[in-house]
Amino acid sequence: MTGLAFLIPIALGMGLLGLVAFLWSMKDGQYDDLEGAANRILIDEEEEDA
Amino acid sequence: MNAPSPAPVGETSALVSTRFTVPGMRCAGCIAKIERELPKLAGIAAARANFSAKRVAIRHDPAMDESRLVEALRDLGFEAQPVADNPMGIEDKERKRLTRALGVAGFGMMNIMLLSVSIWSGADGATRDLFHWLSALIALPVIAYSGRPFFASAWMALRHRRTNMDVPISIGVILATALSLYETVAGGGHAYFESAVMLLFFLLAGRTLDAAMRDRTRAEIGALLGRMGKSASVIGPDGTTRRMAAAELDPGMLVLVAAGEALAADGEVVDGTSAIDNAMLTGESAPEPVGPGSIVHAGAINLSAPLRIRLTHVAEDTALAEIARLMDEAGQSRSSYVRIADRASRLYAPVVHSLAALAFAGWMIAGAGWHQSLVIAIAVLIITCPCAMGLAVPAAQVVASGALLRRGLLVKDGSALERLAECDIALLDKTGTLTLGSPRADVGALTQNQRAIALGLAQTSRHPLSRGLAATLVREGVEPAAVGAIREVSGAGLTGRWEGIEVALERPEDAGQGLATCLRIGSERHIIAFTDPLRCDAAATLAALAAQGVSASILSGDRAAPVETLARELGLAATAEASPQAKLAALEALKAQGRRPLMVGDGLNDGPALAAAHASIAPGTASDASQQAADAVFIGEKLMPVALAVQVARKTMRIVRENFAFAIAYNLIAVPLALFGLVTPLIAAIAMSVSSLVVVANSLRLAKAAQ
Repeated sequence: MTGLAFLIPIALGMGLLGLVAFLWSMKDGQYDDLEGAANRILIDEEEEDA
Repeated sequence: MNAPSPAPVGETSALVSTRFTVPGMRCAGCIAKIERELPKLAGIAAARANFSAKRVAIRHDPAMDESRLVEALRDLGFEAQPVADNPMGIEDKERKRLTRALGVAGFGMMNIMLLSVSIWSGADGATRDLFHWLSALIALPVIAYSGRPFFASAWMALRHRRTNMDVPISIGVILATALSLYETVAGGGHAYFESAVMLLFFLLAGRTLDAAMRDRTRAEIGALLGRMGKSASVIGPDGTTRRMAAAELDPGMLVLVAAGEALAADGEVVDGTSAIDNAMLTGESAPEPVGPGSIVHAGAINLSAPLRIRLTHVAEDTALAEIARLMDEAGQSRSSYVRIADRASRLYAPVVHSLAALAFAGWMIAGAGWHQSLVIAIAVLIITCPCAMGLAVPAAQVVASGALLRRGLLVKDGSALERLAECDIALLDKTGTLTLGSPRADVGALTQNQRAIALGLAQTSRHPLSRGLAATLVREGVEPAAVGAIREVSGAGLTGRWEGIEVALERPEDAGQGLATCLRIGSERHIIAFTDPLRCDAAATLAALAAQGVSASILSGDRAAPVETLARELGLAATAEASPQAKLAALEALKAQGRRPLMVGDGLNDGPALAAAHASIAPGTASDASQQAADAVFIGEKLMPVALAVQVARKTMRIVRENFAFAIAYNLIAVPLALFGLVTPLIAAIAMSVSSLVVVANSLRLAKAAQ
């Protein structure tokens, strides 16, 4: 039973971490432009004014 | 990865941000072009494209005004419109709030479930109490935060002595939480925190989907009035001019309108000859020549020479403001359309309340004790909770609109799909709807060199024909020739010098052959004809509509002759020379006959009709105002998305009805079981979740509907 003293805080902490990451990503605007993000990977960064 | 373009640090305080809608953004190349090329111009610090919203935010020097930024975007090949500060701000905030609540509820649900599973698998004594306390510790803040959208809405309804879907939800959640808290404090065996939180999670999922749908709708009227000139140069009695805001203008004032300026009020030309671009009001792409005595309207753009205009109607009395008002009124009448989910919930909520109250009273009378009676009443509230109903409509609509979007049709509003499915007659505008709307130059006869010179000249002018010519040439990959000393002469054309030879784009000598321009290089002349071609699949689309029982006819504001030619070609009935009011009246007459008209149009003169129709679709090339008045916008040169929209909308409604039938069947089985006390709140929560998943799975079948 003493294992619970570690495992429950760890489980809760990991859950909280996920929640915080989600809230941060929303605030940071990660979901504002989902289609744009999908397209941006196609942009060639090296192409500096041909 | 994909970091935003770095904004220069330091001088940022002096910069301002302006946002533009750029509907022409289609691919990664467009994003790269805008974000890379714009900051190279002096005065622009950074540009950031939002591809989903088709918007570009530009950080720039305050000295640069909107028109110069629009010009800069046009030079890159994108049509742009400045947007008001943040018309979507409120909707956007609402959706973010729901998504945050959903995240919190998801976190709470998973952790409480973890604890509950260990209780069900046999934890008891001190461990069970500890787990109950932990569950309470997580559940209370989660319910307080995630439940707010429901509590607020239920409270609003109760305050106005009404009831809605959120009232049974709120009562169920609050009762379950209170009872669980009592059990926890008293050290009892059962707590139902997981049921309450799970309920909130699934309900929030439905709400968030619904909000994501509504997010596509936008403020309707602002953009329209934004097109009107905001100020005018008023000529005083002593001949001096001064700028006055549009709201301060009075009828009878004399104003000077420079070339390229938009008119701020209606009036009569007193002096000067020029051409005006009236496309906004009439949808006609050809410039209209005006001279002394001509009536001109606010929103028109003076193209070539300065005009002196005596104002007749200002501010709210202008033709443009009148159209805006008509759109507003017509749109309001449509907003009284009751969505299918609301129709269902109006009947549903009172039944749920009475059943739960009856269950509690019945078991109390039967002598079950208040605790057991309350548990049964909660189980009834939770099991009848309209999750499956709440998801039935938005899930199907989100999937269907996603499928349509991939085929080039943007549905702006969830209720639009419901209304599209009900349409039984279609009215189509001519210019820009059945046809492509922009003059296409026939450049087949020109040599490469001639094309280059034509582009060198045409790209410097804002004249619609020049723009049409430049667009055609750019599409063909023509590089402009270096034409110098370009002059634009009102009503005559453009002249310039290329390698020492005089070149010109001018009005052809015989004006009787429709839209055309004459390219002159030295002494050789080439006539470039312009046509407004029919969309390639117009006939196929009309056939597809007819196959679905939707008859079509033409309702156009254009001159009778071209409309009749087109109508004969397509085999349709046609009404020509219809004013915005006449279009509106035609729609009202159809609606009075009990028909459900679908309006497809692009011009601003279609605005009121688009807003009044049972459902409406505008092409992506339509004026901003028309796009906003319409329920859906289709992109590209094909008309087929219109027929597809009706087809998919009907499939969607079939799925929605299936979802409702399933939800009702589920309730018919589950409610009696709950009433007789055979279901604990936990089983109720699980049954409810499973029913929600079935509804979502059924809706996913729509993903293939548009193929």
